[in-house]
Order: sequence, then structure tokens, then C-alpha cells
Amino acid sequence: MNSSLKRAGRIRTAGVYIFFILGSVLMIFPFVWMFLTSFKTVQESMIIPPTILPEAWQTKNYSDAMASLPFLSLYKNTALMIFWRVVCAVLFSSMAGYAFAKLKFKGKNILFSLVLIQMMLPSQIFITPQYQMLAKLGLTNTVFALVFPGIVSAFGTFFLRQAYLGIPDEIAEAAYLDGCNQWQTFIKVMAPLTKASMAALAVFTAVFAYGDLMWPLIVNTDINMMTLSSGLATLRGQFSTNFPVMMAGSLLAMIPMVVLYLIFQKQFIEGVAMTGGK
Amino acid sequence: MGAGKVKLGKRARSESMWGYLMVAPTVIGLLVLNIYPFLDTIKLSFSKTLPFGLYELRGLDNYIEMFTSAEFWRANLNTIWFCVLTVPIGIFLALVVAVMLNTKIKGRTAFRAIFFLPMVVAPAAVAMVWKWMFNTEYGIINTILMHKINWITDPNIVMITCAIVAVWSAIGYDAVLLLSGLQNISKSYYEAASLDGATKLQQFFNITLPMVSPTLFVVLIMRLMSSIKVYDLIYMLIEESNPAITSAQSLMYLFYRESFVQGNRGLGSSVVIWTVALIGLVTAVQFWGQKKWVNYEV
Repeated sequence: MNSSLKRAGRIRTAGVYIFFILGSVLMIFPFVWMFLTSFKTVQESMIIPPTILPEAWQTKNYSDAMASLPFLSLYKNTALMIFWRVVCAVLFSSMAGYAFAKLKFKGKNILFSLVLIQMMLPSQIFITPQYQMLAKLGLTNTVFALVFPGIVSAFGTFFLRQAYLGIPDEIAEAAYLDGCNQWQTFIKVMAPLTKASMAALAVFTAVFAYGDLMWPLIVNTDINMMTLSSGLATLRGQFSTNFPVMMAGSLLAMIPMVVLYLIFQKQFIEGVAMTGGK
Repeated sequence: MGAGKVKLGKRARSESMWGYLMVAPTVIGLLVLNIYPFLDTIKLSFSKTLPFGLYELRGLDNYIEMFTSAEFWRANLNTIWFCVLTVPIGIFLALVVAVMLNTKIKGRTAFRAIFFLPMVVAPAAVAMVWKWMFNTEYGIINTILMHKINWITDPNIVMITCAIVAVWSAIGYDAVLLLSGLQNISKSYYEAASLDGATKLQQFFNITLPMVSPTLFVVLIMRLMSSIKVYDLIYMLIEESNPAITSAQSLMYLFYRESFVQGNRGLGSSVVIWTVALIGLVTAVQFWGQKKWVNYEV
């Protein structure tokens, strides 16, 4: 009886492993294939049946991709966009989240309802007027344009308000009695207690800014001001049949984030799990 | 007593001043970046686009044009079809992965990381590699299947192709969310059930599923909303010159093309307003339906 139970457990464990190994192959294979294709010539990529490893590992596709897309600018634009969006989201959302959770002032509920309204509406409903504002000000094709819709984060405000609601009032009260003013209480005592939530919001903001396609495509049409995502869309138009170059370009576009992910894997996943459901 | 009152008044005043100062950036930002644009989009949807960025109120013209356009109804159908193809299968697979990740086996962190990987790769790059693998002539998928299936250009198949890529991309994200729901279930339920002789499958249906149903509901709402708004994957897989575009064009793709390729922002805004209404309707139905299956007890 006992040994048959054990055997059933072992079979189940084996089944779970088989499931995971097959699943992992399905998840990783596209990236492996992208990598291998990016070193093949166009002619080799069209051989049937396909070669698995490139006959000669040639890097011409990478130089071709870099010749038709200014990758250095794309990296810089994407990094700046992510940096400013993360800074704005974490800073402004912390301030507002704290005030909404802990401070008493008139009209608080009405002001907070603005946050809720924004969260309920899909971002596409804001895009056309946001674009027109920037166009009127002559600010398209700038880094500012890329950051623009992310200057404030309704979701971040909501999320950090939750974090501050979880901190007992006594802590702020003690800081106040120690002679801190409201701002000092916030910066020195309360904000450090929400570190995990701030980190989660930062990860969440970065991942979604990096993947965003429609906004950068609309607002920055100058190739030197594009992000990695919108740059790839341009590459797709230029090399519609040259897949090795497209694979090289895609790989160049995904590498920085994947490297960050491999280093901070736990923070990425926990950050998303915490902010989950948005 | 009197002095205390004055002191309290001063403190309350400073508190309310700081309150306003600290919400100011967010509130001003929301008004400028979201509330005004929201109202402006509604106005645009009733306006005609004139040259030089001018607009003229035209009543329901855009909506009439939209509701009489076959392309618009086709985009609705495509979007709904996309949701039907991706949401149930995607969530089911994510739940399976989450349940597996919740077992005590070695290497589960590594497996979790692998399933989550597509999330940190821009959809644009993800779409590129799948486009290559789905290529009719030289793609690895047709080579393995030994058939020449027109994954990207056949109007009857193209949405299935998009759905496969979408499910593959989202599975890890949904699984991570569901896993955090599963981890909140107390082990004692399973121990009690084991003592009563319940099989693993019975435990899944009688304990796991009801206990995880609130998380499942959140994931379902989120996935439905983002599927109705689908744009980037389809845009990258199906370029505008693709003959199958009318069979793959989602509502947001139509919005993008009308507003920023054709320059018809009035009609584009009507499409967005319609999509928002659709999302609102679907969400309302979900919240109404949840009473039947989501378990908030315990």
C-alpha cells in the first residue's frame, strides 16, 4: 500500500517534469531559432529542409541591421523613456499615494475618483488628443514625447495608496511627535517602508514602457527618435523578406531587457505578481 | 485646552496643505493627460477632420459612417474571435502551468522564469520571430508539419496564428498571477482531504478551483480587456499590404489606421469610444456573472 503510493508520487513527479521540459522547449525554441537564423545568410535561411546550425557563423546580418537602424539612438531613447517614466511614476505616485492614504484634506475623495476614472479607461482613448497637444507644441520627435503619457500613473497612485494604507497610522504619529514635519515624515519614515511596492511599480512601468508600440510609432516618426519597438516595426517594412536581418534586429532589441531579467529575475516576477491584475 | 485646540488647528492646516501639494502633480497630470483627452476624444468622435488640424462638429456623421462600414463590423468580429480563441485556452493553460509550479519539485524557479520570459521581450520582437517561423515557404513550422499552410496570408487561418502567438506570450504572466493565488491556499485543506481519501483530481475541483476563483476572476477580466484592445502583435504580424488584413484587423488596429494612417481622427475616435463601450459591457457582464462561480468565502 505504502510503496504503491510512493510509486504513484514518483510517477506524478515524472509527469510534472515531462510537462515542464516540453513546455520549456516550446517557450525557448523561438528565441533559439531567432539566434541561429540571425547568423545565417538569406540563401541559407531558405534551404529546405533547414540547417539547424549556421554553415558559417557570419555577422553580416547584424551590421546590416545596424546600418539601416541607428541602434545606439534606439537604445538611448528607450533607456531614457523608461528611466523618466519610472522616476515620474514612482515619485509622483508615492507622493499622491501617501497623501490619499494618510492625510486629511477637503475634496480628497473627488480627487481620488480621477485616479479611478483613468484606471477604468483604456489608454487608447487618450492617444489622439495627447498626440495633438504635443504636435501643437512642436514637441513630437523628442524624448519628452515618449515620456509624456507616462508622466503620471493612475495605477501607480492606486497601488502605492494600497501600500500606505497597510502601514499603521501610529508610525507617522510617532515621527510627527519626534518633530518631523509632514514632508520629512513621508520621505524619511513612510516612503522607505514601501520599498518593495516601489520596486514592483518600477519593474511594471519599465516592462510596459519597453513593450509599448502604438504611442512611439505615432509620436516619433524620425528614425533617430524611435524606440526599439517602433524601430523594429520600421525594420520589418524594409526587410520584409530578409528574415536573418530581422532576427538580428530583434535580438539586438531584446537583449538589454533579457539581460536585466536574467540578473533581476526574482524582482521582475515578484514585481509583476504584486502589481498583478492591472 | 484652548491652546491645544489652536495647535490642532495648525496641524490640520499643515496636513491639508501638504495633502494638496503632494497630490498636485498627479491631479494636474491626470487632468491634462487623461481627463481632458477623454472629453476631447468624445468631442472628436462627433467632429469632422478638416485640413490643417481643424475640426468641425458634425453630429453623428462619424458614428453613422462607422456603423454602416463593413470593415468596422469585420473588425468587431475579428476582435471577438481573437478573444474567443485566446482567453479560455490561455487561462486554462496558465492555470495548468500554475498548478504544476505549485508542486514541490526541484527547478521550479527556473521553469517559472522560462515561462515568464516572453513578458520581458517586446511584443514587436516576439512577433518577428513567430512571423519567420510561420513563413509559408521556409518557416520551421511548415517544415515540421510537412504542409504548406499560409499561416500569415490565409484569411481563414490568420487569426488562429495571431492567437497562438498571443497565448504563448501571455501564459507565463497569467501563470505567475494564478500561482500567487494558489500559494494563499492553506495546506491544511489538502491534508484534511487526503485523510478523507480524496484523489488529487477531486482535490483540484473541490479545493483548488473554488479557492483560486477570485484570482482567476481577476486574471480573466484583465485578459479579456487586453484581448479586446489587442493591437501590437497583430500589427507586427500582419502588415497593411497583407491581403488577409481585413480578416485580422482588430478594433484598435482599425483605430490606428483610421486616425494616424488615413488621418481621419473623427472616425478613429468613434472607433475608440465604441471599443470602450464594448469593454465596459463585457466587464459588467463578467461582474454580474462572477456571483455564480467566484467564491469569496473563507
